[in-house]
Amino acid sequence: MSTPPEVPTGLPAAPEFTEPLSEWHRLHVRMLVVRPLNEGIAMLVPILVLLFTGNGEKWRLFASGVTVAVILAFSYFIWRTTKYRITDDQVELHTGLLTRKQLAVPRDRIRTVDLTSKPGHRVFGLSAVRIGTGQQDAPGADGLTLDAVTQEEAERLRVLLLQKAVAPKTASSDEPQADVAVPEPEVISKLDLKWLKFAPLSLSGLVAIGAVFGVLSNYADDLGLHPVQDLWEWLFEHPSFTLLGAFVVALVVVGLVLSVPLYILQFWNYRLTREPDGTLRVQRGLLTTRSVSVEEQRLRGVDIQEPLLVRAGRGAKAVAVTTGLGSKGESNLLLPPAPLSVAHQVSRDVLRVEDDPTTRKLRRHPFAALRRSLVRHVVPWAVIAIGLAIWAPSWAWPIPVAIIPFAALVGWDNYRSLGNALDDRYLVTRNNSLVRSTVALQRTGIIGWRIRRSFFQRRSGLMTIGATTAAGAGVYHVTDVGESDGLALADEAVPDLLRPFLISDSTVEGQAVRNV
Amino acid sequence: MSPKSVLLWTMQAAVFWLVLFVPQLIVFLVVSSPPTWELALMIATLVVGVVHTAVEPSWRYRVHRWETTPDAVYTLSGWLNQEWRVAPVSRIQTIDTKRGPFQQLLGLATVTVTTASAAGPVEIEGLDHEVAQQLVVELTNTTQATPGDAT
Repeated sequence: MSTPPEVPTGLPAAPEFTEPLSEWHRLHVRMLVVRPLNEGIAMLVPILVLLFTGNGEKWRLFASGVTVAVILAFSYFIWRTTKYRITDDQVELHTGLLTRKQLAVPRDRIRTVDLTSKPGHRVFGLSAVRIGTGQQDAPGADGLTLDAVTQEEAERLRVLLLQKAVAPKTASSDEPQADVAVPEPEVISKLDLKWLKFAPLSLSGLVAIGAVFGVLSNYADDLGLHPVQDLWEWLFEHPSFTLLGAFVVALVVVGLVLSVPLYILQFWNYRLTREPDGTLRVQRGLLTTRSVSVEEQRLRGVDIQEPLLVRAGRGAKAVAVTTGLGSKGESNLLLPPAPLSVAHQVSRDVLRVEDDPTTRKLRRHPFAALRRSLVRHVVPWAVIAIGLAIWAPSWAWPIPVAIIPFAALVGWDNYRSLGNALDDRYLVTRNNSLVRSTVALQRTGIIGWRIRRSFFQRRSGLMTIGATTAAGAGVYHVTDVGESDGLALADEAVPDLLRPFLISDSTVEGQAVRNV
Repeated sequence: MSPKSVLLWTMQAAVFWLVLFVPQLIVFLVVSSPPTWELALMIATLVVGVVHTAVEPSWRYRVHRWETTPDAVYTLSGWLNQEWRVAPVSRIQTIDTKRGPFQQLLGLATVTVTTASAAGPVEIEGLDHEVAQQLVVELTNTTQATPGDAT
């Protein structure tokens, strides 16, 4: 139904800057149908339950009718009361029936444009536009969303809003790409069906089972059934490891089977492109299609994430470290689970560097960090085991005890993950075991330090250095680094910021800082 | 850092532990035959509370430091776990002063300096009110003199 993402139709007609846009627009009238469709799906089951559980009493019919009517009226009022306009300086959105809201986003603060079409949108050729700004937005006010406009309008807005934002850059920048202004987007990466082998490894199937299970048990609750509680009680009365084992195996198998279609659902038609207007654009999705555009100038780095099993299959996914994107719905995703070499290639191309900073040789952290990592991973399970041994039935405590060796392995792997490096543009830090994350953060994007030493860290001469930034998670940690190494790293990464507070390189630095 | 902040932290700690302790005491006195673990919990709360209230404020006072230069704001805070925070003046977004009821009583104020990072506010606690106001003016002036959108 929708235009296939291969043909970005809006692009050639892009440079229509002069057109006056300062008139008020409504969202598309088809939203009157689409919103009930999108939101109605969630309400469908309760309505059906309401209709069919009784013996066709009148009030049930009436209640369902009212629910449908309320949804329809609601979507009409939303449509009726929402209008937006784009002036030379800002995007304005007026919305709300009871609480009138007037949002305005300065156009030079726009960092990202996210187009999402759910199935309902796509049937009617519509698309929701989310405009993201910097991170200092009030929490909860998740940028500004136009839900929804036609796909052509969305495409036009995407180009228009980001082009404006980028305009000052082309004047002052030295990038060759900008002067040539090729209208063809440069493809950085495309979905390869071989990547499907990472689908089962990413455990997305299990997550999906969890989500489905959550929804189902909600409905079951509405019907007065309590399957989970019943199951628990039954399990407590008949403790059986074979049953538990069979349950786990079944869960894993279903998860594996589900994960492949899920991967396809999420990442079908995945393309990562560099658009001629200086944005990076990720398009993906089979039923719900998404297109996330990030102003390239605002990209502060790349995070290569390797969930444990994906790592075992030598795979990784890549995530953008940038302002204006939440991690909600994986909007910051640059590359779905794919071979590690592809992840490094994407990182390299996205950052426009010779070779990917995340492949730098990382400096190991001191041996004391291993001890801390082991203690932190093992002690909680030991405490749980002791607690269960005292207060729980006798079959309970061996479970945490059996977990301890794995916890120790994870702790050891966690230590092996730790590392940091610094090159002339990026600070690279690696953390965690279960989802190993290697972040390359632009040194110019670091806007402060948080250097933390817990009681135990001080005794082992370690510290955790947090580089704060406006982008991504807000702070990226170099965990359990040696005191003098860590301070030297921070001092070198952002020259002159820490220097006035360090006494002198000639004294023992750990000591020196304590006396500042 | 004003020496009065020791008093401030003592008051805060005392209130915190009283809020935990008093309900336990009331339950203990009202219930006819309180179980022994309740008595144990109450005594534990009392002991930990008294030790914490006695030790933490002065320890904290010995640790806490702050400093501003024309280029950066710097704090060291905590007691068992200690944290340095540094924010360059060129990246400052907002500067707030905050005074809780105890702080008003003692004539103290907290200055919070935020940057564009969601994780990086630098809090300077326990300043004399006048010092805080002076600091805010000083920082505002230097921040305004710095161009850019600080992200």
